[in-house]
Amino acid sequence: MPRLAVEGLVKHFPLGGPREWVDRVRGRVPKAVRAVDGVSFAVEPGETLGLVGESGCGKSTVARLILRLVEPTRGDVRFGDVNLTALAGEPLRRQRRDLQMVFQDPTASLNPRLSVRRAVEEPLRRHGTLGPAERRERAAQVLARVGLGRELLDRYPHELSGGQRQRVNIARAIATEPHFVVLDEPTSALDVSLRAKAILLLAELRATLGMSYLFISHDLATVKYLAGRVAVMYLGTIVEEAPTPELFARPLHPYTQALLSAVPVPDPDVRRTRLVLAGEVPSPIDIPRGCRLRGRCPLAQPVCAEPVTLREVAPAHRVACHLV
Amino acid sequence: MTDLLEVRDLTVHFDTEDGLVEAVDGVTFTVSAGEILGVVGESGSGKSVTALALLRLIRPPGRIVQGAVRFEGTDLVGLSEDEMRAVRGTRIAMVFQSPRTALNPVLTVGRQISRLFELHQGASRAEGRARTIEMLKLVGISEPERRARQYAHQLSGGMCQRVMIAMALATSPRLLLADEPTTGLDVSIAAQILDLLRDLGRRTGASILLITHDLGVVAEVCDRVAVMHAGQIVEVGAVRAIFARPRHPYTQALVRSIPRIDREGTMEPIPGTVPSLLAPPPGCRYADRCPRVLDVCRRDRPALRASTPNHDVACHAVEVEDATARG
Amino acid sequence: MRWRRLTRNRLSFVALCVILAVTLASLLAPWLAPYDPDNPDAEATLVSVSLRHPLGTDGYGRDQLSRLIHAGRVDLLVALSATAIALTLGSALGAGAGYRGGWVDQLVMRGVDAVMAFPAFILAMAITAALGNSIANVVAAIAITHVPIYTRLIRGEMLRVREAEYADAARTVGNRPHQIVLYHLLPNCVPPLVVQATLAMGFAILTVAALSFIGLGIQPPQSEWGQMTAEGAGYVVSGEWWLVLFPGFAIMLTVLAFNLVGDTLRDLLDPRMRGVR
Repeated sequence: MPRLAVEGLVKHFPLGGPREWVDRVRGRVPKAVRAVDGVSFAVEPGETLGLVGESGCGKSTVARLILRLVEPTRGDVRFGDVNLTALAGEPLRRQRRDLQMVFQDPTASLNPRLSVRRAVEEPLRRHGTLGPAERRERAAQVLARVGLGRELLDRYPHELSGGQRQRVNIARAIATEPHFVVLDEPTSALDVSLRAKAILLLAELRATLGMSYLFISHDLATVKYLAGRVAVMYLGTIVEEAPTPELFARPLHPYTQALLSAVPVPDPDVRRTRLVLAGEVPSPIDIPRGCRLRGRCPLAQPVCAEPVTLREVAPAHRVACHLV
Repeated sequence: MTDLLEVRDLTVHFDTEDGLVEAVDGVTFTVSAGEILGVVGESGSGKSVTALALLRLIRPPGRIVQGAVRFEGTDLVGLSEDEMRAVRGTRIAMVFQSPRTALNPVLTVGRQISRLFELHQGASRAEGRARTIEMLKLVGISEPERRARQYAHQLSGGMCQRVMIAMALATSPRLLLADEPTTGLDVSIAAQILDLLRDLGRRTGASILLITHDLGVVAEVCDRVAVMHAGQIVEVGAVRAIFARPRHPYTQALVRSIPRIDREGTMEPIPGTVPSLLAPPPGCRYADRCPRVLDVCRRDRPALRASTPNHDVACHAVEVEDATARG
Repeated sequence: MRWRRLTRNRLSFVALCVILAVTLASLLAPWLAPYDPDNPDAEATLVSVSLRHPLGTDGYGRDQLSRLIHAGRVDLLVALSATAIALTLGSALGAGAGYRGGWVDQLVMRGVDAVMAFPAFILAMAITAALGNSIANVVAAIAITHVPIYTRLIRGEMLRVREAEYADAARTVGNRPHQIVLYHLLPNCVPPLVVQATLAMGFAILTVAALSFIGLGIQPPQSEWGQMTAEGAGYVVSGEWWLVLFPGFAIMLTVLAFNLVGDTLRDLLDPRMRGVR
């Protein structure tokens, strides 16, 4: 049974205002920002699924939907054998012990008024039965796990460096030894030399604590390193999903190909052919009918005006493209 | 090739509450006409401060302690503020990071560009408008007339960056300083911006000083590259040479620490941390992190010397290696 | 370590000392005052500033210095209680409105608008006149007029911090909504609150003084600075200047001190100021 399974997840943000009211009265579907428009995937125990895409594709919204920071418009999130979307209040809160998140901005996600100790102890407080002394000891242990010394317990976030802050974030997320951690761009705000350390730390923690990850990032190279499978998102849906080596070696969807060909490689002798997409990403309010890449894809055919579904074209390799 | 820009021994210090921060220390490099020089390093390496110093944009508590910046034969460090103003924005232009915040939010983008023509070239309003549309087309903005009437917050990040580049190139500068121009942009947009920069550089003959932390960007676009660490240049040379055979231990560590999309293999983080620039160690600033450190490294600062043609390295260990190879 | 933080803003620090001095004097009034404030002395009426009576005496021969010190108790007590009540009530309302939004927000803010539609002093006058002249009623009147200030302030801050990423983090870590508001959001709304509260204390003192000046609120023989000033005003023409000057000066000094102390207090409470030289 997958550790986390997402089915038909949809999130539309209504535009509101008088236009919405008028549309409803006239029986029309009101316009909305279709941030997530039908996403399904599953993550097995111990697995890491990478979710990649550019800004506006909806990957961060997917993370927030899974964590129920935002309510889905439709769709299910299953955590183990529990239907998370059917829960609310206290039962939902209790599930948080095993489902945690590391946020993107290491500074903004730490309460500036809380010491490191209080920040890391908090999940233990909310979910556990440990006494104060045991909690303190546990916090020190968790800090040690992420490579930070005990002396940082009484410091405040503004006294730490960016790399240290992100480690505190990670420590807080793993304090209760959750089964599943959603990582939302955990290394994007870090300096390039600190990224390697952070990634290796995440890999090591995964091994020692047996966690599964949903690793969301726009940095394809990092995803390649950490994820066993990768799903590529565009305009609110998944357009391709495959095991990592397969995706990077044989990308089938034109968007994936364009994305991969645009990543700069630190080797001046490598000259790849770039698949260039015309224009810019359309607004998620006015999504074109049929294939979402239609207006920009150099390979577009008349058939692309028909809606396209994500289907398996090779073992464990799904693509949403008519031409594959 | 004539040297458009020659920087010699540039040193910038900051007098902060905590003490003297030696942000840039004895930096020497050249930029030839029409070439793209990349300056790469971690945050805190002094690359941005160097660019600001070239334009004499360093404000107290920072100051240029010493050094010469010869641009088209004139030393910029010695110029008066009025003379410097004539250079900024006309002969040397700059493109900043975070394009949306670098643009004025209360003026339309068209107005921001046309004002430059009015200011620096004495153009009339109508002429300014016409040239603005041309510039917007040049940087690849579709529907330039409509876009010119929009405000910064209505444009995407990539488009804002194009506008910034249009503003920078409006006066046909000889040198363009680009400070992390693609950081924060989506990968495909970043690729487009880099193509644009390379293209425009070739077309106008302008040289570009491209500051970045991304080695991939350097490999893609730059002709030569200077690697900075803790305020000093540790290695500089042709991009091909440096990537094929990085000599300085820091450059080698930097290359090894990047996850690669084009190959398999592990990543190794760079050991240790950047030394504090408050009381920097005498001798080589990489000594505490260096796997090849020698006694002399902690005493004497290594000078930047030519290891092979068009490949300079500042490292005692490399010097020893080269000497042994020769003799 | 903390010393440096206190003396960061010299003026503010001096103001803090003044407030501490005034508070201390009020607390120690029975021991500090040289005479019984209510004790008339027919032989020493309208005595000017002298060694025996440093601030003079009034028409009944009561020592002004003693009266001033005792009166200070009333002023400070009223200002402090009114501010404390208004702060608590206003913050609770503002936090609820800001965090929940929707109809709760609308309801609270319209109530705030209604109260703020009245000029604050007129409202205080009306409430005191309606409820009667007593210390408790004056406290209530001032508190009611001050609640909207805190409600608006906390609501605004709440709207800001609600969107912060650490608020999301607090939720994912397992906090219940009320815990997020109490332990994460409210503490981060406090700094502007502190500055506002000190300013409001100043206003509260001015209000109670003004009310007594026009005959509402605190009544004689209870001494209070505003009421003393009112009495003293009657003697200006006849030349007994000390009766109006010292109470007036006391009001001015205290209110000024409250206005200036805000910065220091706010810095003291900010963990970000730790370790900053």
